[in-house]
Amino acid sequence: MKSLILRTTAPLLVALMLMFSIFVLLRGHNEPGGGFIGGLIAVAALAIYGIAGGVETVRRAIVFHPLAIAGAGLLLSTLAGMISILLHVPFMTGLWVTPSVLGQPVPLSSVMLFDTGVYLVVVGALTGVVLALEERGED
Amino acid sequence: MEPIFAVLVGLFFAAAVYLLLSKFIIRVLLGVAILGNAVNLAIFASGRILRDVPPVIGAGLDVSAGPTANPLPQALILTAIVISFSFFSFLLVLSWRAYRVMGTDNTDEMRVAEPEGEAPPPLRY
Amino acid sequence: MATFSAPADLSAALVMTPTPLVDWLVILPVAWCILTGAVLMMLRHRVRAHAVLAVPAPVLLVALNAALLAHVAVSGPVTMVVGRWLPPFGIAFTVDLTGALFALTAGIVALAGSVAALDDIDDSRRRYGFYPFLMLLMAGVNGAFLTGDIFNLYVWFEVLLISSFGLLVLGSERGQIDGAVKYGFLNLIATTLFLIATGLLYGVFGTLNMADIALKAEAAPDRIPLMTLTALFALAFGMKAAAFPVNFWLPASYHTPRIVVSALFAGLLTKVGIYALIRVGVMLLPMSLDRLSPMLSLVAVLTMLTGAFGALAQTDIRRLLGFLVVSGIGAMLAGIALGGPDGIGGAIFYALHSIVVMTALYLAAGLAARCGGSFSLAALGGLYRSHPGLSALSLMLVFSVSGLPPFSGFWPKVMLVKTAIDGGVWWLAASLLLAGFLTLIATARIFLLAYWRPLPGVAAVAAGEGPGCPVAVFWPLVALTALSLCVGLFPEPMLGLIRTAAASLIDPAAYIRSVFPQGLAP
Repeated sequence: MKSLILRTTAPLLVALMLMFSIFVLLRGHNEPGGGFIGGLIAVAALAIYGIAGGVETVRRAIVFHPLAIAGAGLLLSTLAGMISILLHVPFMTGLWVTPSVLGQPVPLSSVMLFDTGVYLVVVGALTGVVLALEERGED
Repeated sequence: MEPIFAVLVGLFFAAAVYLLLSKFIIRVLLGVAILGNAVNLAIFASGRILRDVPPVIGAGLDVSAGPTANPLPQALILTAIVISFSFFSFLLVLSWRAYRVMGTDNTDEMRVAEPEGEAPPPLRY
Repeated sequence: MATFSAPADLSAALVMTPTPLVDWLVILPVAWCILTGAVLMMLRHRVRAHAVLAVPAPVLLVALNAALLAHVAVSGPVTMVVGRWLPPFGIAFTVDLTGALFALTAGIVALAGSVAALDDIDDSRRRYGFYPFLMLLMAGVNGAFLTGDIFNLYVWFEVLLISSFGLLVLGSERGQIDGAVKYGFLNLIATTLFLIATGLLYGVFGTLNMADIALKAEAAPDRIPLMTLTALFALAFGMKAAAFPVNFWLPASYHTPRIVVSALFAGLLTKVGIYALIRVGVMLLPMSLDRLSPMLSLVAVLTMLTGAFGALAQTDIRRLLGFLVVSGIGAMLAGIALGGPDGIGGAIFYALHSIVVMTALYLAAGLAARCGGSFSLAALGGLYRSHPGLSALSLMLVFSVSGLPPFSGFWPKVMLVKTAIDGGVWWLAASLLLAGFLTLIATARIFLLAYWRPLPGVAAVAAGEGPGCPVAVFWPLVALTALSLCVGLFPEPMLGLIRTAAASLIDPAAYIRSVFPQGLAP
């Protein structure tokens, strides 16, 4: 697409949306939100970037092949469920640690790891679909 | 509320079945999309429609303050929506490919895998 | 975050006893398949790396499933709830003998297919993702066999379905796309029917845990339309399993992909439908399945006969085998319709036999085409002289699939026919025998035309000449045939396991006790 306005604003918009997607991912812990919806927002951001700057730009920007990202997410989610084998509790039990960073407790959990995995799966799989469709639109 | 939903689900199913009976893939595809929505509504209704209070436990509480909507059908529907969405997109791309490759979306004419008028197997040695 | 600092006392809702390490066997086959599938997906473009991981992964899967079977055989059904929530609230994975037997057989077939694919799947198809799809397919298949939650069963069905789509269109040739359209739409409709039935079942019982449903269905009042639900489930699973009259997607699609993919599909996918029908029909809703059994018997007979007659009319070996898959499904349905420990046991045994033998038959057809240059019975010939080893294996498989001794197909047939005669259903026994006879004619025709007949118009090729058999396909074929022969020669251990499995499906007390050790949760 040859729109100067879109090409100028796209990087800003994409950066904002990606940040927002991570916010939604982290918020999803005790409030509505989570990996799935966060992932969808990130895909929307990448789709806009693709419309503005072309599919090749997006492929360069995300470095890895979309399906490799989805695979990494799947791996992360499953491993997050497997951590509980060490503590003699069933598969996918939510486990928490609360380290203190600069006097501020930061609750971390295996659930968050799992959700991050979901985020990556959604980003990878749907970016793959979106980029394939945009590529087709270009020719 | 449930009777209204039942009628609505019935209408959705009727439309979906009508479209699924078509010979043309594009209509079948639309039928599949409607069928998915019909099923989601059916699950939603079978989980009983109680209150319009979202099943979210407020800050500082361990159990919700009053009765809320049943969260389980919502979880089921969410899963089903994700699955049917991905299937729909796959079938859409597949149908498009099939149309490009075979030049038709009439299922009666899609005979590449099962050609017509094949000779019977040799009956003698 | 107040909720975090002062957690409520949840001990009544959580699993409080430490989970023994051996219980992890319930979840590990599925988790292992997903893990390796994910790693292979990340390495999709490193084609050389696939082979390094693709053979050890199913080897470990078989080991895990064998350990699981041993564990279940010794100590009865095992349960693990996901996320520590007590059933019926947490999603439970419950494995009984039936599930473990199916999972182990599926693992063996996956290993055979994975080795055979080393030869049959070229680099470009590997780049499309054959091995990641295969492992994710196995995750779906194992998940379906091991889960104890009916909605979870639906999810695993979808996992295996989406992976099977990927495998089916691998390479995107014209025929593949045509077959995939029919396969895709009909299977999607089947899983949607399954979802409807599951939603209604939840509306009736308010639970999705299978043990909980089994308990509540026993005490269900008459006004609940369980019959309708059972019919819906039977239609959905029948469509998956390719039962008459919803079977025509199978012969329309199974011959289109690469032969290894066809072999895996023929072995695994329809049997998942049969397994689900046994699990839901026999264990969860036995009363209404009983009332449905005349209908089911009729469907079984028609499935057997359409499959067998369809096979007689085919020239392409792969399509012929597709119809034989359908015919075998009919025999399994007959067992389910007959009911009782021997009927259900016969159905389970037949399904396990069919998983191994149908895969082997497709692999043998692939080798015949490789050595003889065609899948068409009109063009093949002379393989007996040029490839004696392959011919011997094929003859054994012909015997096995037709239910002749001393192979694994014989014993389930005996069980089913005997149960039918004992129950006075002579027409079911007669159609079982007739279908076996027609299968023998159809497969013996393959042997006669492709192997025994000298190739018309061509000088005979001596043994050792002509194109050689690829070892990567030949030895898995030998192993599967040997397995069928061993089970046929020494059926006692298998029969013992299957009798116990069937008995514990008909009376699921042990299954329920494993899910609710302290009695039913409030």
